[in-house]
Amino acid sequence: MRGEGRGAREEGRGGVRLRTERLALALPLAVLATAAAFRSAPAPRVGATVAYAATSVPRPSSLAPRVLRVCADPNNMPFSERDGGGFENAIAELLAKELHATVHYTWWAQRRGFVRNTLNAGSCDVIVGVPSGFDPVLTTKPYYRSAYAFVARQTPGQERPIQSFDDPRLRDLRIGVQLVGDDYANTPPAAALARRGIVRNVRGYTVYGDYREPAPPARIVHAVARGEVDVAVVWGPLAGYFARRERPPLEVVPVSPQVDAPGLPLAFDIAMGVRRADRALRDTLDRILARRRQSVDSILDAYGIPRVPRPARVAKGE
Amino acid sequence: MHARHRTLVRQAPPSRAALAAAAFTALTLVSTLGCSREAPARDVAATSSTPAATPSTGRPADSGTAAADDGQWVMAAKDYANTRFSGLGEITAANVRNLRVAWTFSPGVMRGHEAAPLVVDSTMYLVTPYPNLLYALDLTKPGAPTKWKYDPRPDASAQGVACCDVVNRGAAYADGKLFYNTLDAHTVAVDAKTGKQVWKTKLGDINMGETITMAPIVVKGKVLVGNSGGEMGVRGWLTALDASTGRIAWRAYHTGPDTDVLIGPSFKPFYAQDRGKDLGVSSWPPGAWQQGGATAWGWISYDPALDLVFYGTGNPGPWNPEMRPGDNKWSATLFARDPDTGEAAWAYQIGPHDLFDYDLINESIVVDLPWQGRTRQVLIRPERDGYVYVIDRTTGQALSADPFVHITSTLGIDLKTGRPIENKAKEPGTGRVVRDICPAAPGGKDWTPSAYSPRTRLLYLPHNNLCMDYEGVEVNYIAGTPYVGANVKMYAGPGGHRGEFTAWDPVARRAVWKKTERFPVWSGALVTAGDVVFYGNMEGWFKALDARTGAELWQFKTGSGIVGQPISYRGPDGKQYVAVMSGVGGWAGAIVAGGLDPRDSSAALGFANATRDLPEYTTKGGMLYVFALP
Repeated sequence: MRGEGRGAREEGRGGVRLRTERLALALPLAVLATAAAFRSAPAPRVGATVAYAATSVPRPSSLAPRVLRVCADPNNMPFSERDGGGFENAIAELLAKELHATVHYTWWAQRRGFVRNTLNAGSCDVIVGVPSGFDPVLTTKPYYRSAYAFVARQTPGQERPIQSFDDPRLRDLRIGVQLVGDDYANTPPAAALARRGIVRNVRGYTVYGDYREPAPPARIVHAVARGEVDVAVVWGPLAGYFARRERPPLEVVPVSPQVDAPGLPLAFDIAMGVRRADRALRDTLDRILARRRQSVDSILDAYGIPRVPRPARVAKGE
Repeated sequence: MHARHRTLVRQAPPSRAALAAAAFTALTLVSTLGCSREAPARDVAATSSTPAATPSTGRPADSGTAAADDGQWVMAAKDYANTRFSGLGEITAANVRNLRVAWTFSPGVMRGHEAAPLVVDSTMYLVTPYPNLLYALDLTKPGAPTKWKYDPRPDASAQGVACCDVVNRGAAYADGKLFYNTLDAHTVAVDAKTGKQVWKTKLGDINMGETITMAPIVVKGKVLVGNSGGEMGVRGWLTALDASTGRIAWRAYHTGPDTDVLIGPSFKPFYAQDRGKDLGVSSWPPGAWQQGGATAWGWISYDPALDLVFYGTGNPGPWNPEMRPGDNKWSATLFARDPDTGEAAWAYQIGPHDLFDYDLINESIVVDLPWQGRTRQVLIRPERDGYVYVIDRTTGQALSADPFVHITSTLGIDLKTGRPIENKAKEPGTGRVVRDICPAAPGGKDWTPSAYSPRTRLLYLPHNNLCMDYEGVEVNYIAGTPYVGANVKMYAGPGGHRGEFTAWDPVARRAVWKKTERFPVWSGALVTAGDVVFYGNMEGWFKALDARTGAELWQFKTGSGIVGQPISYRGPDGKQYVAVMSGVGGWAGAIVAGGLDPRDSSAALGFANATRDLPEYTTKGGMLYVFALP
């Protein structure tokens, strides 16, 4: 991903623009159908409540996998949740089906130490969503690409929505951004705004949030709906999924361009991650992802995950 | 000046001593007073050569730097002055080579053991990393069998929410109770005799990323506790709990309006930069103070004569520096507060607008030093920024700030303004590549507490020799959200070694001797009246050096790397013992304790690169080692 950050080309105005109301019209049936299917599935998540129950279970990297051991956050919609309602849960079920296996989860809050305490502790074998080339793991080929997106309330007859950090309106609006706060680190929109000197009207919403609440990172989207901020810059999957659940639904516009100077990526290829040594498993997952491309896409569509096209030339992930 | 300094140590208004002693049992009090009159001969080395008193200058007696030792160890730092000086003198530079293991104990916990054991009466108390068990070991019986074990049952359902730092730095004893903090942000009081919980108070919320790892101190019936979690958007505070009930007496926040920070009419900072109304609000972009970090996860000291507690705050967060223009008060700030009310007497922001993760949580050692012809009441603070500060503790004025490691991140400290002289070339920023930033983020010295001997008048510093590169943009992923940070790589500083143990003369303002270590020295230091200084390295060697010359006199290989705090006590048999927890971990040892991937150079926020060969030298596992002469 570091390679991509440097090698990606600006995409100009070619970024995909999604209108959530259109999605909402097109997809509710699909959502219902998909969700229903997963909820009525026979209970494959035997180990769902016992984090380390799966340690004695044969690993899927062995010849005849019966269990797909997935590392996931139990409270991180729309990605994953303990009830299996996230799109990463749905994709895990799809993989398991292909492998004639059942899914076993190791639940762990997806914060610092997640990879170390799950995948690298050996209690599970796959993380369904990580950035392509994510250093601590071995990644598959990316299966979707999304971008940070501007989330705003829709005002009838209003001027065009904000889609660029260079939009002069950003100087006066109250802007919400996702806040991480790893030392030296933050979400790219925070850096993109800071680079333009837009600091004083920015409000941070920590991605950690309050873990007692459902979907802690969703608070930033609610903040737009409630009028706490005028616009928020939110990672696409969160933006797409939650914006259309607000009443009225919010508008979601992926940022453009996908790379802000100097080499700051705002769009990311998302892949699956396995332990660095698990090449065989990675290759297996790649084959399934290629074969079930359309099924994966329809799951993403069902959850309203905004996708952006890859720029013409992207350096290969490491 | 030497003589005068020692004398001062013994001079204290009895009323102050009595007040301070409220934190100890009656038994402890009696033995303390008793010892000061007729201590056993081998224990008075610290005071035996003390000439007549100089009544005109005061010095807290209970800080114990040279008072005859009661043989106990009732708080992690040994005394209110944070000296980690044991007045016991049976073990000397001449006989320490005969030191051998007396007994050992396994608490059954694998993570990094950073706590100091405590010894009260004839019992040793030991706090483990998460799950924060408390053991009482009976020193009167052979092999020190367990009297009881207390399990606070910290919130396991939230495991993973507080991700990485599961260490605990120890307990404090007062008035028949042990007080310590649990990772899930509670403070507990446990009956020292029975092991029964007396009270348990929730101070923060682990679901918001708030944890507690520090060792509390008890001052005048109040337990002082600070939080951890500055990276998680937590707002830092220091809280006082009533020692008998566990009720919160006061809480001072480290960001926000003066009323929250407990800054009132008696607040008199020395430097102009720290004067003004509501600086904890105005030195941030609007609202950013509400999640501004500035936690207090380090050491607290107390001067009963001035009746002030001293401690520093952590780095600002969770924004990266370019998102938080301003000084970001009161992060990286040294505070002096009234322990009864929490009200700030003065503050000195040593690290305004921190760029390098230089928390200011290190120990403040309370001593009186001869300074340019007179005696100054000072704090000695070896900081992450690489300087040893000597600060007037009555005013907060920096008297000196001298580098103890190689420094490129700043060009010096301007003592007139109190501010660091910035080195623009080393300023990190998104998308920038900056090489050779020294010291690295863990600083010239991290939490690893130093020791001060009133006999040698030297400070013994366990510390790092690390620099770092801050490279480009690296993608990370948390809670389903990709973000970018710098790829921070830490590596050995000049000389190629990663750790040092330095004897520092705070008056002459220079290092007297230095030992180099392959890895960062992540243990505490202990110095004794036998003029022996102890520390452990991350390979597991526990070492005794001549406090005056630095000559290595003895070493013993423990089972795992040492990141704990050595102590010394007098056993019920009258012998002097030295104890230390072995069990690698903590930030520096995460590569072993947490099983990080050594190929991932940015793991543990870049620290894994600096300790990538540690797994070749040690494995994890907690074990207490207790040593004595035959």
